[in-house]
Amino acid sequence: MKTHSILTRMARKTLFIACLGAAAGGVQAAEDYSSFLRPAEIPQPDNNRITTARTELGKMLFFDPRLSGSNWISCGTCHNPTLGWSDGLPTAIGHGMGVLERATPTILNTAYQPLQFWDGRARTLEEQAIGPIKAAGEMNQDMDELIKELSALKGYRDAFEDAYPGEGITENTIAKALATYERTIVSTESPFDRWVKGETHAMSKQAQQGFEVFLGKGRCVLCHSGFNFTDNGFHNLGLKNDDDPGRYGVRKVKILKGAFKTPTLRDVALTAPYMHNGAYKTLEEVVDHYDRGGDSKENLSPNMQPLHLSASEKASLVAFMKALTGEPAPVTLPQLPTE
Amino acid sequence: MHKSPQQKRLRTAFIATALFTAGAVQAGEVIVDQHNKTFIVEGNKVEAITINVGDTVRFRNDDPFFHNIFSLSDLKTFDLGSFPKGQSKTVTFDKAGMVEVECAIHPEMFMEVTIK
Repeated sequence: MKTHSILTRMARKTLFIACLGAAAGGVQAAEDYSSFLRPAEIPQPDNNRITTARTELGKMLFFDPRLSGSNWISCGTCHNPTLGWSDGLPTAIGHGMGVLERATPTILNTAYQPLQFWDGRARTLEEQAIGPIKAAGEMNQDMDELIKELSALKGYRDAFEDAYPGEGITENTIAKALATYERTIVSTESPFDRWVKGETHAMSKQAQQGFEVFLGKGRCVLCHSGFNFTDNGFHNLGLKNDDDPGRYGVRKVKILKGAFKTPTLRDVALTAPYMHNGAYKTLEEVVDHYDRGGDSKENLSPNMQPLHLSASEKASLVAFMKALTGEPAPVTLPQLPTE
Repeated sequence: MHKSPQQKRLRTAFIATALFTAGAVQAGEVIVDQHNKTFIVEGNKVEAITINVGDTVRFRNDDPFFHNIFSLSDLKTFDLGSFPKGQSKTVTFDKAGMVEVECAIHPEMFMEVTIK
C-alpha cells in the first residue's frame, strides 16, 4: 500500500540518519525525533493561568470525596495516580457501585489535548472537570449542594480566595481549579525520550526495532503521532460486540459511528486494560487486534487493515510501548479541610 | 472563535478564472489541500476563506492518512466521506452565507467558508 511505503521510507530514513549519528560519535541525530519530545510549556488559557495556589486548590478538590453526592468518590478514585491516573478496571465504577460503559481514560497530558472525554464532547478541561461531578452515574453531585458544603469550610474559603481572589466558591472556580491541577499532570522522561536525546542505550534494541515497526509496517503512527502519540482524532477500531456510538453522539457524521479519541501512549504500560471499553487486558492483545485489522468491519476506520506482523515484530512493538513509561513521579496527597 | 487572522480573498486561487459569457461570471474552483492536519491554500495555512456563490472547493488530501471533510452547517450540509492521500473531492457552494467545514477524523481541522 502506498501509505505503508511512505511510512516505511520515512522510518528507514530517520533510522538511517540516527545510525549514522551513532556510528560517528555514539549520539543519534536527535533533531529527527524532536517532535516526539514533550513541549516544556504546558498549554493554559489566558483566563486561568497556572499558579501554585490554583494547583494546590485543584489538588485538594481532586482528591476530596466530598465532591461526590455520596461523599465517597473523588476524581482520584477513578483517576488514580498509582494506576497511571486510571483505575485498572475494564470500565469505570460510579455512583452506587454502578458499572459504567466506558473505561476511565488516563488524565496524563490532557493539557495538550484539544478535546476531552473519549468522545471529545468537552472543548476545555474546565468543561470536562465539572461533567463527572454532576453526572448521575458518576459522582452524582448537586452543584448547589457542593458549593454549600465547600463554603462551610474555612480551609476551602481561604484556598479559593488565594487562588481566585474575589471570585468566590462557584461552579466556575471549582472547574478552573480542577482544570489547573489536571494541567500539571504531565508525562515524565521515558527511556524513549532519553534515546531520542541521544542516549543510544536508553532504549533496548528490541524497543528500537519496535519503534521502526511503529513508524512503518505497524502503521501505528498514522493515529498515534506526535510527542503524545495521538492525533487527537477519532477512529472506529472494529472492536467486537461494541455498539457504543462514540463520537457520533457528538457529531452526526457516518465515519464517527463507533469512533473514539486516540488515547496517548505515554505511560501506556501502566493503564491496562485497554480500549474505550477495556476489551483487552494486555498490550500483546492490543497488538494482536491491530494485526488482525480489527474484528468488526462495520464502519471500520480506513486506517485499519491486516498487518501481517511476525511474532518478533509484535514483541518489539510491545517493548517499544513499554519504553514510553516515564520516570515515577510520586504524588503527595493533600490534607483536606475539616473546618 | 475560529476567526482566522489569515482570512484572505481567493480570487487568485481560482483554477478556472472568471470568464464572461452572456453577461454571467463562470464559477471558479478553489483548491484546499489537507496537509499536516491543516487546511492549505496556495501553500498557506487557512482557517477562513471567501469565495463567490457558485464556486467549487476541491478538497485534496496531501497527508499519508485519511481525512473526512464535512459540514453540518444549515447553509450547506455535506459529508465527503473518507479519502486517502492523492485523492480529492469537491463541493459547490451555491448560496451566500457562511459554512463551517471540519474533518470528522481530526476535529482540529476547522475552516470557515464565506460565500459572497
